[in-house]
Amino acid sequence: MKKPASNQGMQGLRSEKEKYSIFSLARNSLTYHENWSQAWRSPEPKSEYDTIIIGAGGHGLATAYYLASQHGMRNIAVVDKGWLGGGNTGRNTTIIRSNYMWDESAGIYEHSLKLWEKLSQELNFNTMFSQRGVLTLAHTEHELKEMNRRVEAIRLNGIDSDVLNPNQIKKLVPIIDINPRLRYPVMGGFIQRRGGTARHDAVAWGYARAADSLGVDIIQNCEATGFIIEKGTVKGIQTAKGPIRAKKVGCVVSGHAGVLANLAGFRLPIDSRPLQALVSEPIKPILDTVIMSNSVHMYVSQSDKGEMVFGAGVDSYNSYAQRGSLNIIEGMLAAAVELFPVFSRLRMLRSWGGVVDTCPDASPIISKTPIDNLYFNCGWGTGGFKATPGSGHVFADLIAKDEPNLISAPFSLNRFISGYLIDEHGAAGVAH
Amino acid sequence: MNKQLFRVKDLGQVDRSKPLRFKFDGKFFVGYRGDTLASALLANGIHLVGRSFKYHRPRGILSAGAEEPNALVQVGEGNGTDPNTRATQIKLEDGLIVKSQNRWPSLLLDLGYINNLLHRLLPAGFYYKTFMWPSSWWMRYEYWIRRIAGLGEAPKGADPDRYEKTHAHCDVLIVGGGPAGLGAALAAGKTGARVVLVDEQDSFGGSLNSNTDCTVDEHTTLDWRKRTLAILEGMPEVILLNRTVATGYYDHNFLTLLETVSPGQQNQSEYKTRQRLWKIRAKRVVLATGALERPLVFKDNDRPGIMLSASMRAYLNQYGVSPGNRVLLFTNNDDAYRTAISLKENNIPIAGIVDLREDPTGELVDRIRHEGITLYPGYAIVSTTGHLRIKSVRIMKLNDDGTKVIGNAKDITCDSIGMSGGWNPTVHLFSQSGGKLEWDDKFERFLPKIANQPLISIGACNGTQSLSDCLKDGLKAGAESARATNNKGRAPGTPRVVESKCNDERAIWIIPRENSYKKNGKYFVDFQNDVTASDISLAAREGYRSVEHLKRYTTMGMGTDQGKTSNVTALAILGETLGTTAPNIGHTTFRPPYTPATIGAYAGRNVGALFDPIRTTAMHEHHEKFGAKFEHVSQWMRAWYYPKPNETMQQTINREVKAARDSIGLLDASTLGKIDIKGLDAAEFLNRIYTNSWLKLAPGKARYGLMLKEDGMVMDDGVTTHLNSNHYHMTTTTGGAASVLDWLEEWHQTEWPDLDVYFTSVTEHWAVASICGPNCRSLLAELAPELDLSDEAFPFMTVKEGDVAGIAARIFRISFTGELSFEINVPRRYGLALWQALIEKGEKYDICPYGTEAMHVLRAEKGFIIVGQETDGTVTPHDLGMDWIVSKTKNDFIGKRALSRSDMLKSDRKQLVGLLNENENEVIPEGSQIVEMLQPSPPMAMIGHITSSYYSPNCNRSIAMALIKGGKARIGKTLHIPLKNKTIKVKVTDTLFLDKNKELTDG
Amino acid sequence: MLYIECPWCGFRDDEEFHYGGEAHIQRPTDPNELNDEEFSEYLYLKSNPKGVILERWLHSRGCRRWFNVLRNTVTNEITEIYPIDTLPNSKEGTEYYGQNWRRKSSVEKTIKPREYK
Repeated sequence: MKKPASNQGMQGLRSEKEKYSIFSLARNSLTYHENWSQAWRSPEPKSEYDTIIIGAGGHGLATAYYLASQHGMRNIAVVDKGWLGGGNTGRNTTIIRSNYMWDESAGIYEHSLKLWEKLSQELNFNTMFSQRGVLTLAHTEHELKEMNRRVEAIRLNGIDSDVLNPNQIKKLVPIIDINPRLRYPVMGGFIQRRGGTARHDAVAWGYARAADSLGVDIIQNCEATGFIIEKGTVKGIQTAKGPIRAKKVGCVVSGHAGVLANLAGFRLPIDSRPLQALVSEPIKPILDTVIMSNSVHMYVSQSDKGEMVFGAGVDSYNSYAQRGSLNIIEGMLAAAVELFPVFSRLRMLRSWGGVVDTCPDASPIISKTPIDNLYFNCGWGTGGFKATPGSGHVFADLIAKDEPNLISAPFSLNRFISGYLIDEHGAAGVAH
Repeated sequence: MNKQLFRVKDLGQVDRSKPLRFKFDGKFFVGYRGDTLASALLANGIHLVGRSFKYHRPRGILSAGAEEPNALVQVGEGNGTDPNTRATQIKLEDGLIVKSQNRWPSLLLDLGYINNLLHRLLPAGFYYKTFMWPSSWWMRYEYWIRRIAGLGEAPKGADPDRYEKTHAHCDVLIVGGGPAGLGAALAAGKTGARVVLVDEQDSFGGSLNSNTDCTVDEHTTLDWRKRTLAILEGMPEVILLNRTVATGYYDHNFLTLLETVSPGQQNQSEYKTRQRLWKIRAKRVVLATGALERPLVFKDNDRPGIMLSASMRAYLNQYGVSPGNRVLLFTNNDDAYRTAISLKENNIPIAGIVDLREDPTGELVDRIRHEGITLYPGYAIVSTTGHLRIKSVRIMKLNDDGTKVIGNAKDITCDSIGMSGGWNPTVHLFSQSGGKLEWDDKFERFLPKIANQPLISIGACNGTQSLSDCLKDGLKAGAESARATNNKGRAPGTPRVVESKCNDERAIWIIPRENSYKKNGKYFVDFQNDVTASDISLAAREGYRSVEHLKRYTTMGMGTDQGKTSNVTALAILGETLGTTAPNIGHTTFRPPYTPATIGAYAGRNVGALFDPIRTTAMHEHHEKFGAKFEHVSQWMRAWYYPKPNETMQQTINREVKAARDSIGLLDASTLGKIDIKGLDAAEFLNRIYTNSWLKLAPGKARYGLMLKEDGMVMDDGVTTHLNSNHYHMTTTTGGAASVLDWLEEWHQTEWPDLDVYFTSVTEHWAVASICGPNCRSLLAELAPELDLSDEAFPFMTVKEGDVAGIAARIFRISFTGELSFEINVPRRYGLALWQALIEKGEKYDICPYGTEAMHVLRAEKGFIIVGQETDGTVTPHDLGMDWIVSKTKNDFIGKRALSRSDMLKSDRKQLVGLLNENENEVIPEGSQIVEMLQPSPPMAMIGHITSSYYSPNCNRSIAMALIKGGKARIGKTLHIPLKNKTIKVKVTDTLFLDKNKELTDG
Repeated sequence: MLYIECPWCGFRDDEEFHYGGEAHIQRPTDPNELNDEEFSEYLYLKSNPKGVILERWLHSRGCRRWFNVLRNTVTNEITEIYPIDTLPNSKEGTEYYGQNWRRKSSVEKTIKPREYK
């Protein structure tokens, strides 16, 4: 497993921006907070950059930050068609874990989790990474056996995970119904205590501020409309604000990966699908742990503000409209009430959809492409948020060295030709 | 003790003959039927009802409707309690119990108020800047943050109430039962169209109920409303839904309506529905959702007693409630004048009208002057006093451009303020539908612009102001929408309306400070989340310039009111701060639901027993009688094992497994998927779908087949039998039944429509009893005397038809155990009879019913795979050592090409092998991971995992199967299984554990 | 919730249907002729367009028939529904089909063109 990033970034911060702390808060309160420096500039694009990252979401901003802090690059731009952090970074259910079954997945997600554990300090921005534990439930004999396979693999990969029986689960999550007569009774589960949640916007903002302080130009409302490609090598991009030359270009645009690949003249094994989530009204704390149930397609946690945050399944059809079908929400809420009867009287406050880039094997693509110096990072599907730091870290490495490292190598596009897929949903198996 | 000191005599529509007793924070009060909780509290002089989210400031009732940000209460007790309920929308009923929220110890004295004193340290987003030291402490800070946050409390137990769903279709769905909506319903209804009219209020009418200062065709607004409703109720095709919120507007004119059927809080009857979710598909939608009044942003504008002008008028005219004993009005438009006139007519003392406009004119203004009400034109409130209730205000003159206040300050005492900052059209549903909004400069508001679904916006939500125009638009829209759905008819004539004209407004988004250097006091924009004007400019200064950044950084508009009273003001202020205008800022996306909607209603009845159906076989009753333990296999309940009294599970399994090899075992195999396949090209089709060849399978013969996905991975398996010419019977795994049928149909319909073949699922048609073991032939002979069961007449892998126990049956001689075995298929309704006959006649052979667990052991002893256990979507036939079933001669079949991809040919792929634990009595847990190089502690490299593991009573030892990297090459080698507390040593073998010399007949 | 008009059963909510993904990805006549890269194109690569898409739906909780749909993936508007073994009729459908990258790909060249009705 790779070492987490050093904190060169922080030094950059000290040199350029006022450090955030209770003391700076107190100091600024005397001047009615009118002298805070900007978290990031809003620059006009230069005519040329060493590297352009398309997509100012968490992954893209992290990539830019690590290019600057780990690889000493300075002349970097991040362009986005909208506002930074406005895609899936700002729409997900903020679950963070690394308890994956396949070694390759464990590699990237654990790398990411290690970075999460230091992120607030590294960025000097409170990302509210809260290791409240992620509990995954099993509801059938078959699932219990699958769970054991998963848990043993996770354990031998050196990642924490504990198996819990229904009574231990009840103790940890008093509001859950463990009645064995349920249609899908809680038969057991496993928890990763180092897992949890973070404040999604803060992650984007923290990386943006840190990257900006290292000289990265974050250019919002500047849609990439095409690529400048000469003799099979990318030389820059076309944007709403005119052409911008670049030696290297990295694309991290999740749902829109296919659209950009198309502009570059190749295709991806990706379908863009709606993924829906919703929150309840805020209430006093009743749920400290993140709960996931794959067989009934429901995951839920309670935010610091007090809202219950629900995630549903992916809609079956391709769509770029950030909305899904109601029946997905109905099914998920029925499952939620089935497991947590007290949810029935709470109220749905706000529901929304994101566009997720789903791969045939439910694993990401971090890869070189048929175009030289053009790199793609996509296919995270429903699981991208937790990977934000790790994804940015290894993608920066790939762009800087033009070679994948041990962690990102398995996720290259070649796997779809050779057939070595990392099938994360296949692992669920078919009931005999 | 019914003293409602602020109830105005003989005014409003509450029923004074029906006093209702209710309890607020432990004290009893009385209101009337027709009251909301808010109007009843106000009638008792109670303005202070809650505390704000962040600073815990005392808050009163701001509005009279869905937009209420302040008056959130905890309704009811026990499992039926509802947190965060808007007092303005709670229908008062006798015995109602209500508590205020988010305060401790009490509403009057709340320790959380300390946040207000520390406010200087707590600007917008302060938490992003601190709580980072020491790094390990965030969870401790967070613990307290979580306890301070949150509003009301969730119930402790299961919801006692019931929720329903209903589907509906209509020609015209009209959302909003105000003047425009009623007009539309009237016109559409007259054409005979199927109309649904919904309104969130308890009674239809909207503004007609409170704007009683107009007449329609010489009727009072209330009379006209009553007459119109009477007509609508007489129309058979018109459905009227009051207390119904249109919560969501989805694709293709699909909307959800949440109807509160019985508002009763203590409605415990399990047969009584509390709420009903309407899922409605409308050919045309008419949005008449009205408009919401905007508060004004001035110093400490959040004190209890300060409310919206039109809401004040509603409390007065609809509920007969006076806001106070000395009312001040503060406005930038004519609305407050109407309120003033209503107050005056009821002799409620008015402290004056403070109007931002330099020179207000018009009939309303003249009327006020004539009534002798003091008017302060061009003035603004610069500060307020009063902790738990507004006491006084200070006003000053505005300079010409409204950027400063000048001259001498004047103090005015008052105990309530009605404010009006103009109106925001309620465009939520329009925006949810995908419609585009446009900024209207004249009235500083967003209006519906381009609809992209078949809908029309009318009345106040479309910017229309006068009552007559609303009625006109409504009638027109109703008729047009009806005609668009093939109904004939014209709009009725527009009624004659007498009303006073309203003039323009003067938008000043933030009232200037008394003296610019003193920065104290708060200018609230979002009341619920305590977002102030300075929070907004702070966000802008720090670079959070997108309206979405503003929202997320300051939590602006993210409360339970979703910013209904604050969003537009906030982005106008953001615009000013950035030196641009609101339209350039844009707006945040409107998301369903319009107002918070009960989760239970979306779950509906699909919980408990109805969450997901359970499938049982024809023999289920018998299994239960035998005390079987069951396991869930997809939707089926399968007999898992049949324990005898004081047997352990292992003892039971051993007994069942031995019986099956020593005498007779009996298995209920009914859940296996069965597909009936017919057609001239059936064989050709099977030949393309399965990996082995099917063209030469003679009638009467059966064959095992393996299906691959196009990527070469094993998808399903089963035995398919050629019954007679071009008629086949396919079996699939229990879990795969549905997906295999889909698979066959997909290939046939989408790729090979030219093939003549038909598929029918017959899984539920046949009940299947499988008997196996040395004595099963004799047993079957007794039950089927006229059948020749000899090896010659009825060889392995063939089928016969004939009577078994007098039941017409299909008998397959196939085996999943290696033993001589017959699978007897009879029509489902005879399943139980067959089973009982087998048990009876089998008694002398000690016939032994066995469950799925014993079945697993039996097949594992012979090394047979189970799809989904030995496979997981990443396993090829070669990985399973089943090369024998992959045709070398066929040029093509589904999945063939994929098998020759470079990674499929690697020798270090995971391959299925057998494992023998060196401790013969110990069963390795399934799923355990296998390593070659043992390390003292994790991490260590894994080379595979256990797919199946059992104790085999026939081998007298434990056996296991595993997928291991380069497994075939490792046969004979020793590997390790490091469990949490111990390590197991295993020897790699082939997967045949029993009957090594293949003596069993049906192997 | 999409409202889809099954050619045999009429308009139904999308929850009655099963999505079949991009339409007109024809199976190679002889996959053995393709190299790994070409086969991967057929097996995995998607058009995933933003805007007009030609896609397959199955009325799985109804008549169990497959059919093709022309839908806009941004607005979800459905403008054409046509039988599974035919090409689109509408102008935008025909245009999209003609200009789709697959028409130019080496894989499709190996396919014996289906006789569309």
